[in-house]
Amino acid sequence: MHATMGERPRTLAEKVWERHVVHRAEGEPDLLYVDLHLVHEVTSPQAFDGLRMHGRPVRRPDLTLATMDHNVPTAPGPEDPISVRQMDALRRNCEAFGITLFPTGDLGQGIVHVIGPQMGLTQPGMVIVCGDSHTSTHGAFGALAIGIGTSEVEHVLATQTLPQARPGTMAVTVQGDLPPGVTAKDVILGIIARIGTGGGIGHIIEYRGPTIRSLSMEGRMTVCNMSIEAGARAGMVAPDDTTFAYLEGRPYALTGRNWEEALDDWRSLATDPGATFDREVLIDASELRPHVSWGTNPAQTVTIDDAVPEPADAAAERALTYMGLEPGTPMREIRPDTVFIGSCTNGRIEDLREAAAVLRGRRVREGMRAMVVPGSMLVKRLAEEEGLDLVFKEAGFEWRDAGCSMCLAMNPDKLSPGERSVSTSNRNFEGRQGPGGRTHLASPAVAAATAVAGHLAAPEDL
Amino acid sequence: MEPFRVHTGRALPLDRADVDTDQIVAARALKRIERAGFGQFLFADWRQDPSFVMNDARFDGATVLLAGPNFGCGSSREHAVWALEEAGFRSLIAPSFADIFRNNCTKVGLLPVQLPPETVRALMDAVERDPTTEITVDLEAKRVTGAGVGAAFEIEDFTRWRLLEGLDDIGLTLRHEAEIEAYERTRPARLPSLR
Repeated sequence: MHATMGERPRTLAEKVWERHVVHRAEGEPDLLYVDLHLVHEVTSPQAFDGLRMHGRPVRRPDLTLATMDHNVPTAPGPEDPISVRQMDALRRNCEAFGITLFPTGDLGQGIVHVIGPQMGLTQPGMVIVCGDSHTSTHGAFGALAIGIGTSEVEHVLATQTLPQARPGTMAVTVQGDLPPGVTAKDVILGIIARIGTGGGIGHIIEYRGPTIRSLSMEGRMTVCNMSIEAGARAGMVAPDDTTFAYLEGRPYALTGRNWEEALDDWRSLATDPGATFDREVLIDASELRPHVSWGTNPAQTVTIDDAVPEPADAAAERALTYMGLEPGTPMREIRPDTVFIGSCTNGRIEDLREAAAVLRGRRVREGMRAMVVPGSMLVKRLAEEEGLDLVFKEAGFEWRDAGCSMCLAMNPDKLSPGERSVSTSNRNFEGRQGPGGRTHLASPAVAAATAVAGHLAAPEDL
Repeated sequence: MEPFRVHTGRALPLDRADVDTDQIVAARALKRIERAGFGQFLFADWRQDPSFVMNDARFDGATVLLAGPNFGCGSSREHAVWALEEAGFRSLIAPSFADIFRNNCTKVGLLPVQLPPETVRALMDAVERDPTTEITVDLEAKRVTGAGVGAAFEIEDFTRWRLLEGLDDIGLTLRHEAEIEAYERTRPARLPSLR
């Protein structure tokens, strides 16, 4: 990314970046101002300790929001004392430093990347950071949203800025109509399968094209969420009427003249005609099918119609051994024992609607464990108002409280060694959902259809 | 942070691509609220396998980690870097690193060195042949030498300087506090605030 030069056409990412440069000097990373810092219990305690050690305050508690999500139990039962200790530490730190906290039990609580958008805090043109790699989710609003480590969390708490080397720009253009049964999750899994787990390293991806424009905000969040699985530093979608309609009326959305002014500003963020990207990729959506992962990284994915591939390299061989799969096995013959619907990738209301639509009037296959973990307590309440909880419960799903849950198995929701899940989350790494656990990533529709069929399946199979 | 100038040590050849941070430190180990104590969890699941390279006593005491491309992909957990640091590693050499992981390394003084795949392969082969092989990572000269290999590497000037001097990032940024204040005065009032 280069400094602004006169009227040179600029990309969305460049425009948002340039607005936030606090300090720029030759040979140094740019110092960017942070509009919103989201904090959770896992990556923050050592950062707060660092502040204490140096006697530093939090510069902008008014631009900092904390919640508990990674550790929280999603069902009644004995609590892990070590998790409780970590959540208590967050509570104490928020009190000591004057930070707003949505703790467990609060209607505002939920996965950090679900609550920012639902409150209307995530807005176009902002720089948003969080000590979590899936911060890229917020890019769906045309914000520049970057995942950071704990040292950087401390840096942002102390200075409200982040030094960042200027990344490259990458356009992923998706065009063509999505075939029936193909969702935003399949779009991003298809993109990752195409560009690889390291395909976006050093770049901010802008998702463009008519197919992306046709996605709802929830769908765009799903796509941007998994930018990190393609190695990208961030993912973005230019704000448009879909974005504005989603934001309007939310608790932190603007009103009246401020809202009108904001709209004019936000409309100016879109990439200028003639702007160039460092890399460009074109995807034909009409060729996409429901995707399911077979291996242990999110690029090891095929369509539901395919078979487990012949291993192309040592990594694939290793993955097949770990997953307990034979090359040539049709994906539809793989039989998970657990179904997980939730996470910052697919734990929003639209995801629950998508799964419920498949499950209505059907039953989970005998012997399967199936759970829905809404992305936030508000999503849970919305779903209950729509009666979705009854659809899930009647089908045989457990209906849980909000949290990250089985996406990363920091709470009691996990796979036992050798257990196999179909999961709407974002990572199928070895042991991600519990030591020895095997994960197949898929959309909520595929997860729901699999729950009914007892094997990996698309809704059309039922 | 401890300055990094020149380091010489034996190496651990971890010949795998896409090593994710969940393998480096599993999520279940992230519940500690202290900065120390993560070394014990390094590659814990892989260490269950007796044939895993870290269980090979010939590589005990290695301080340089050689790995495949996209090392450190996945989560932003800095705990992965802390675990490597606590297990005695001072530098990592791979064909590529995941962005957040690489950033995290430079914040604590664990030097990530990106070299072409064939150079990393040559180093790995040499170390596998002779585990006593020493590798020198010279940040001042931006060179890796040893095992018959001499290779230059790139690193941003600012990061290099910070690592050479062992400087605290926050302290450096606070030199620009007047600019931060000036920027804050120009921020549109309509931007969301939790107050």
